[in-house]
Amino acid sequence: MSAHIARTLKYASLAVACLAALLPLVTVFMAALKDTREFATTGPLDPPSNWFNLDNFVTAFTRGNMLQGFVNTTIILVISVTGAILIGTMAAYAIDRFGFRGRGLVTWAFLLATLVPGVTTQVATFQIINSLGLFNTRWAAIALFMGTDIVAIYIFLQFMKSIPRSLDEAAMLDGANRLTIYRRIILPLLKPAIATVVIIKGIAIYNEFYIPFLYMPSSELGVISTSLFRFKGPFGAQWEIIAAGAILVIVPTLLIFLFLQRYIYNGFTSGATK
Amino acid sequence: MVVVTGPGRSRFKTPARTARRRGRRGQSETKRGWRSTPWLFLLIPLGFLILFTYLPVANMLWYSLTTWDGRAPVKEFVGLDNFVQIFTRPELFQVFFVSLYYIAGSFVQMALALYFATILSFKTRFRNFFKGVIFFPYLLNGVAIGLVFLYFFRPDGTLDALLTLVGVQDPPQWLGDPSLINYSLASTSVWRYMGLNFVLFLGAIQSIPNELYEAADIDGATSWDKFRYIIAPGIRKIIGLSFILAISGALSVFEIPYIMTGGANGSETFVIQTVNTAFVFSKVGLASAMAVVLLLIVLIVTWIQRKVFPDDKADLV
Repeated sequence: MSAHIARTLKYASLAVACLAALLPLVTVFMAALKDTREFATTGPLDPPSNWFNLDNFVTAFTRGNMLQGFVNTTIILVISVTGAILIGTMAAYAIDRFGFRGRGLVTWAFLLATLVPGVTTQVATFQIINSLGLFNTRWAAIALFMGTDIVAIYIFLQFMKSIPRSLDEAAMLDGANRLTIYRRIILPLLKPAIATVVIIKGIAIYNEFYIPFLYMPSSELGVISTSLFRFKGPFGAQWEIIAAGAILVIVPTLLIFLFLQRYIYNGFTSGATK
Repeated sequence: MVVVTGPGRSRFKTPARTARRRGRRGQSETKRGWRSTPWLFLLIPLGFLILFTYLPVANMLWYSLTTWDGRAPVKEFVGLDNFVQIFTRPELFQVFFVSLYYIAGSFVQMALALYFATILSFKTRFRNFFKGVIFFPYLLNGVAIGLVFLYFFRPDGTLDALLTLVGVQDPPQWLGDPSLINYSLASTSVWRYMGLNFVLFLGAIQSIPNELYEAADIDGATSWDKFRYIIAPGIRKIIGLSFILAISGALSVFEIPYIMTGGANGSETFVIQTVNTAFVFSKVGLASAMAVVLLLIVLIVTWIQRKVFPDDKADLV
């Protein structure tokens, strides 16, 4: 009997959690499908009369400069993820595979940096970006995403330890130099770790607001987040357009999540605990 | 590596000496080359590390002792004056109290995450569906979440419509009332970040070897016993890690309140205030001092966490 009650409570709590997670999103989705008059006359919980009314999405996409936002986000994402992977794997390779003077110090420098939250140093980082002449260019965001990713280096370091050194030694006997070993042996074997970093970093960059907002204020440089943030101005009272913009930003995340679910869970678990 | 030999010098040496020298130099050359290889790999990573992590920290410490405005060529040194201001001007200090709402929120968040991670690590119907729904909000864009919850909390918005359904006639102004606004914003934050705690806890629980549960079943343990004696000690370490993430996260809240309210109505957090002080009011010196205070608090919290949850005490088997 008590097992029965426990079971009911368990499923009831899960149902409440699903409702809490989905209801805010579903009502926004429904709002995006209503026209202005319908939006004004119906409540948030009323379904739209026409589930295929895509006018608001078209308006949001064109007048909200969302295409530009997607293009800028993609450019920044591709370059900075590639860069972060190269930088991270090179650092991890050097630290894990070479015995050299200063190795302890270097490892320590990378690990200590994980303790400095990026948000605290932004005021001073801004001056550096500014004096490098990167302010208000895409390179500001790219440089920051590439260079401050200590977590990626950490993941690569952990994973590198599990690749047997005998592989390096065998390649060296065959006459491979260090660069060849890095390129032909280490990089391919690091693939699972690279996939983790691509996922975690890709999602983080797609969602990042602070860095583009602070470093790239010019409107042609708007990324997804900052373009959507600008909706608050011109569309101030037009909730159905704002709702459509928000849904347009959420849909790619939903699709990627549905296709890569398992990898995403693993990525976040190994990214945060290792 | 290019070997530069002084032109003409070897002319005066006997062939034997030249050979000996060349041999020695060749040897030391390869050795030095051997040693410089790691530095070739480290050049770029270290460059970025210094440029975007250590140099900013060093500059920040220096700016925090000045009244610099971010543009003027001279930085007037004022010692600890900025720090004295932070702790004596109530309008600067009060933002810390806003963090308390988010700290309280993060405890609620961890408790909920632990509950759902525990029940979903046992056999449950539609398990993957529930897992996905609970985790998904964490992946969403912060600006989109801000707008979604502006709609959720607005007068006659989703929340009010729900309350009308259960008979509440006169709902309060969720974002307009200064005594409620931080509860509304902190719960948005719980909604956003609970999924991450959930997935981390779930991963940790699943890495506990199955035999332990089997043994517990043989001993007739209840679900609560399993939680108390197997799961809780098994995920101690990850709970400890979540504590630092929660507290440093609560202190550095920026996105949700900035996007939703711009810091109005008493919802200004420490980071919003720092950003405004630096970039709106051009007080880079004072803003740097605030950032130094935040960094110190985060380091102290991390240090305490390391003391309370040492890395090596989490073994079960």
